[in-house]
Amino acid sequence: MDLAYKIFLDPFVQMGTAPDLLVQTLWEGLVAGVLYSLIALGFVLIFKASGVFNFAQGIMVVFAALTLVGLYEHGIPAFLALALTIVVMLGLAFAVERLVLRPLVNQAEIILFMATFGLTYFLIGFGEIVFGGEPKVMISDQLLLPSGSYSIKMLGGFVQMQKIDIAAAIIASLMVATLAVFFQRTRIGRALRAVADSHRAALSVGISLEYIWVIVWFAAGIVALATGIMWGARSNVSFALDIIALKALPVLILGGFTSIPGAIIGGIIIGVGEKLGEFYWGPLLGSGIESWLAYVIALVFLLFRPQGLFGERIIERI
Amino acid sequence: MFYREAGQFKSSYAADQGLFPILQDKIGVLVILAGAFILVPLVATGYVIDSIITPVLVLSLAAMGLNLLTGYTGLLSLGTGGFMGVGAFACYKLATFFPGVNIIVLVICSGFFAAAVGTFFGLPSLRIKGFYLAVATLAAQFFLSWCFIRIPWLYNYNVSASIEVPTRTLFGIAITGPTATPVTRYLIVLAIVTVMTWIASNLIRGRIGRTWMAVRDMDIAAELIGIKLLPTKLLAFAVSSFYCGVAGAMMVFFWLGNAESESFSINQSFLVLFMVIIGGLGSLLGSFFGAALIWGLPIVMRNLPLVLGIKVTAATMEHVTFMTLGILIIFFLIAEPSGLARLWQIGKQKLRVWPFPY
Repeated sequence: MDLAYKIFLDPFVQMGTAPDLLVQTLWEGLVAGVLYSLIALGFVLIFKASGVFNFAQGIMVVFAALTLVGLYEHGIPAFLALALTIVVMLGLAFAVERLVLRPLVNQAEIILFMATFGLTYFLIGFGEIVFGGEPKVMISDQLLLPSGSYSIKMLGGFVQMQKIDIAAAIIASLMVATLAVFFQRTRIGRALRAVADSHRAALSVGISLEYIWVIVWFAAGIVALATGIMWGARSNVSFALDIIALKALPVLILGGFTSIPGAIIGGIIIGVGEKLGEFYWGPLLGSGIESWLAYVIALVFLLFRPQGLFGERIIERI
Repeated sequence: MFYREAGQFKSSYAADQGLFPILQDKIGVLVILAGAFILVPLVATGYVIDSIITPVLVLSLAAMGLNLLTGYTGLLSLGTGGFMGVGAFACYKLATFFPGVNIIVLVICSGFFAAAVGTFFGLPSLRIKGFYLAVATLAAQFFLSWCFIRIPWLYNYNVSASIEVPTRTLFGIAITGPTATPVTRYLIVLAIVTVMTWIASNLIRGRIGRTWMAVRDMDIAAELIGIKLLPTKLLAFAVSSFYCGVAGAMMVFFWLGNAESESFSINQSFLVLFMVIIGGLGSLLGSFFGAALIWGLPIVMRNLPLVLGIKVTAATMEHVTFMTLGILIIFFLIAEPSGLARLWQIGKQKLRVWPFPY
């Protein structure tokens, strides 16, 4: 009885008595959710256009951030370093297409998935050799990102909002809007959707698969760079960041592998759910439930919608 | 020297369904087993057995378990590390509660605990497929990892949060714990792995294996020909987790000697998945090849500069190993997406038609 009280009643009483704390928790969940969605977005882009479940997205985030910081440390001005990093990501996209995807065209999904694992290992080793393993500080000031925080008085208390978090939310929404327009309105966007529907049909109307894949991986690289900057500004840039890829997976299955809005909404549900769970129910179970709570939330949603909230319906024919 | 089935006529159904239809295969396997049981303990040093041969055998068993699930039933799982952990911790607790029972019995029993846990986490597989299922099994992995840290009862409230293997004997000879020699531990592992491989190969040739493969190839069609999906998939999860659990228990009791939750992390799951894919999905032999390659490569890589006389720091070497492993994984996938087992088959086929290939 006591336990039931602690699970079903006590947390809500706490929420009611300290609404400012609830708002703070919700805000933190929202911010974490936005960052998760950014990573999930990289996954979705690649999965949509090539059917590859790209495990390397997490390490691409780290790699992009490290390249940016590393270049800056070599005395290149911040914005030039940013431009150069984008060029590096383009090079990576070309290399991946030529060396990994093209020889593996028409293979089973799991083989392609494994190949991105190989890519992950390669990038970890390569990155550590070139940039060293020690954590680096993101150059957020030089990139004119705001720091500090706002304190907003509401509901009989104060809610702290980091400026960088607000910037992250704005940048994420801008990026999603741009991608949505790109997918819906441009010629390349239509080609991307055609490839996603059917490789063979797209080829037969004259769409170049190679070209599309480079574009998609490049777009995912840009998303990775933005994610890396945002995560890096909150904590240091190091290879420990690659576990955030695992954080993004529940977001992905919650929203559906093929849906960009799904990635965003899934990210926010997971972020908020995780923070609420950790803050209000965490003490009951001992800390650290964050590591699996997201997966359990996603699993519950999956039982009702096996293709995720916004995923395309999986139709199977004999 | 000729690898031919010509002249080997089967005169009964039993002979036709035998495990080794070709005589040369049977002789070959017997020679390999004799070598493993007799020659290896005589020739190999304790270091080689402990750091290469025993790990490869244990990991092969885990890979075989995952192969039954992923390769034969088509259910992608990333929870292998967690299920191995269940086996290891279950075996540890059993050894605590029943100090009198033979440790080999306990190792096998701990597999049943892993099977129960695996069946539970396999329940979503009826509704969820493909990568969605893979991510769902990650829930099992993370939840179990969390349990191994947060439930002190599992490691007997040990301060270091790790499990230490007690010394147990068989016929008066220590087979676990610090006093057991590498050779005795190796022989026990080899015996268990041999028996379990034999069971697995009979399982997949029989009715159960055929229902698994039918589900893998297309589950709707399998349902239409009268295969009940839920029991079939759950059985696959149970058997697979049983194998992984036994592998996990053996890993701690006969190889590492002590372990903590880190040994059963997500990286372990990925490693076993590599072995299955590189070795060959849907091939028991492939599990052995994959385990040997994935375990052996880093060791070879680490020792290569010593042999060549190049001086590099340990850290650089570690990174180069990572890079090379990544490249090799991609290379193997491109060269032979069906895995090393397929190369083996091609080789055997070449041998059969030699010297007149057509």
